[in-house]
Amino acid sequence: MAATVKLSALPVGASAVVRDIQKTDSSSVRLREMGLLVGTELTLVRCAPLGDPLEIKMRGYHLTLRKSEASLVTVEPKEP
Amino acid sequence: MAKAPVYAIVGNPNCGKSTLFNALTGLKQKVGNYPGVTVEKKTGTLYSQHGQPITIIDLPGAYSLAARSPDEAVTRDVLLGRREDTAQPDRVLCIVDATNLERNLYLVHQVLDLGRPVILILNMMDLAAQAGISIRVARLSQMLGIPVIPCEAVNGKGIIELKLAISRHDLPLSRHAWDIPAPIAPAVAELQASLVSNGGKAPLIARAEALLLLTDQDSVRVAGSAPLDAKTQEILRSWQSRWEAQGVDWAGTLVSSRYEAIGRLASEVAQSAKPSAQTLSDRIDAVVIHPLWGWVVLALVMTLLFFSIFKFAQAPMDWIGDGNAALAGWIRGLMPDGDLRNLLTDGVIGGVGTIVTFLPQILILFFFIGLLESTGYMARAAFIMDRLMGHVGLNGKSFIPLLSSYACAIPGIMATRTIEDPKDRLVTILVAPLMSCSARLPVYLLMIAALFPGPTYPIAAKVGIMVLMYALGTIGAFGFAWLFKRTLLRGKPPLMIMELPPYRLPRIKDVLLQMTERAGLFLKNAGTVILAISIVLWLLAAYPKSPAGATATEQLAHSFAGRAGHLLEPVIKPIGFDWHIGIGLISSFAAREVFVSTMGVVFSAESGGEDTTSLRHALNAARWPDGRVLFTPLVCITLMVFYVFAMQCMSTIAVVRRETNSWRWPLFQTAYMTGAAWIICFIVYQSGTALGF
Repeated sequence: MAATVKLSALPVGASAVVRDIQKTDSSSVRLREMGLLVGTELTLVRCAPLGDPLEIKMRGYHLTLRKSEASLVTVEPKEP
Repeated sequence: MAKAPVYAIVGNPNCGKSTLFNALTGLKQKVGNYPGVTVEKKTGTLYSQHGQPITIIDLPGAYSLAARSPDEAVTRDVLLGRREDTAQPDRVLCIVDATNLERNLYLVHQVLDLGRPVILILNMMDLAAQAGISIRVARLSQMLGIPVIPCEAVNGKGIIELKLAISRHDLPLSRHAWDIPAPIAPAVAELQASLVSNGGKAPLIARAEALLLLTDQDSVRVAGSAPLDAKTQEILRSWQSRWEAQGVDWAGTLVSSRYEAIGRLASEVAQSAKPSAQTLSDRIDAVVIHPLWGWVVLALVMTLLFFSIFKFAQAPMDWIGDGNAALAGWIRGLMPDGDLRNLLTDGVIGGVGTIVTFLPQILILFFFIGLLESTGYMARAAFIMDRLMGHVGLNGKSFIPLLSSYACAIPGIMATRTIEDPKDRLVTILVAPLMSCSARLPVYLLMIAALFPGPTYPIAAKVGIMVLMYALGTIGAFGFAWLFKRTLLRGKPPLMIMELPPYRLPRIKDVLLQMTERAGLFLKNAGTVILAISIVLWLLAAYPKSPAGATATEQLAHSFAGRAGHLLEPVIKPIGFDWHIGIGLISSFAAREVFVSTMGVVFSAESGGEDTTSLRHALNAARWPDGRVLFTPLVCITLMVFYVFAMQCMSTIAVVRRETNSWRWPLFQTAYMTGAAWIICFIVYQSGTALGF
């Protein structure tokens, strides 16, 4: 398996595939319900002007999440 | 003929649900509240092809039936028939954004499980086509076994076809089947059986509810909903602990298997020609959320908002003020002099009229908030401000409500409904009135005028004091938010899982409709409380009667309010206030700017409308009985500080009561704000005195 990083550490503009989502009691279920699942492709669009939260694009729409939530998600960056 | 079926409209936020509801029902809508929760209940009537009235319930926007907010909880509970105040709808209209099919279908997928006839509405087909997405509508309809109607709610396309479908006597049940993952299936079966035998549910609903219970961890419970029966709860808990031990991620597995089923549907019916083109929204966002330009845009939007409030609200506010005066004059001419007449002119018109005067401001704020919501900018502002709000334990969604409160706390407090977490919402409501609203301006201006009599003082000093007061209120709001999040309303750090919807041109008609609905709710619900407090305050100032021939000043001094001012003096003396000011504090409990007119009566200054010169002279001439100057610079500052923190607004109290559904929070809020005002004034006055000011 290729190298993976936390979603919170993905560089802006990079695309990646979700490989794992850590199970927590609340945020991970809603993230999944919003369509962030193992195997989902996403692009990190930008960080907010103050560095947090993050904006990702997936399944044709834009979603924000805080870095603390993004650190639960492991992704495999795609080669540019 | 059989009774007409009741329909519910459900859909994700930002999918055009309200526009569709307006298009279907026109102005035949009823807006109210679900009892016990501050979630708007909207119902409307549509006439079928056969002229039969059909009731449509517009349910709050939801991403999932596993509720994360009171809004979603209401949607879930109505659909499951858990609410006593709302019968379970017979049929469901599911509206989805065609440009974002997969995620929108998640909710639809849950709704299909309910075993009710569903009509699927693919909204924004034009935008989907522009984005290069083509959807095979007939194939989708065939796969799901339900009517699927393509539609553009904004310009009315597809509405006739939809009305035809709604008018149908029989609608098919979906034949879509999906496999519940094997490790979870036995639990679903057991929960379903228990819900049927112990909860008295119909089998299909019971299955849907069983599935929901498994993804519904720490979900929101709201008042007015029937709780789960104990037996089923026990079964649920035993399965969960078993899975916990085995390391089964049951909720995740369920969500994934739904998305797999949706993925199969979507790949069959939808094709995307240009997968990742830069959309117009992306280009706008490149500026609007730019690290530098983002701030400029935010500042511009907010400047425009406040400019419009002060620019456009002033004229109608003056008209209403003149209208109040004319109405009072008319009543004076019509009725003989007496208590009843004074109750009407001074109590009712004086009290309620003061609040109505603020209505133009409130309307403009509602309009702007609606505009920001429907264009999609609201979510961007929340995104930009989230980090800053995070420092005090709130999230970005508290930003606009707090900012609006600089103009008036009422729209600000009503705008907190977009905050999902009930505790965050409550904290935002509790601190919103600390932002210096426009009703404080007359008090600040009077005190600054008394502080710097004459034109010899530099304008910078006056402006500086004003800025200081606004800063003090802001720091106070954030400080108390921080405190409440750490003590009273401790909770998990709020999530910021939020959609950034594409920018859309707002429909002014929808925004105006929403504005009038919200303003109507405010007047209807706050009206009685405001009226009651107005009458009480009038009684306090009018009784007991002083001997005939007394001036207004003597009457006020003689009244309950005057006596209360005297009673209050020992309490407010340590902060430098005498009983005259005490009367002002009591009467301005109605609204802060009443302080100015009360001071006019107390010190028998000639009232000159906007011009407070004579009042300023009267204030500067006021003395303590021992001859000391009453309004020293320090007292002026202290008084301003008092108004920064003290609640002093019956409309806010009425709105908070309504938004929190209890008297507990508004009373707590009044107590903490007034307490804080006194303590901070005490520190300011006493240390100022010690320093020799």
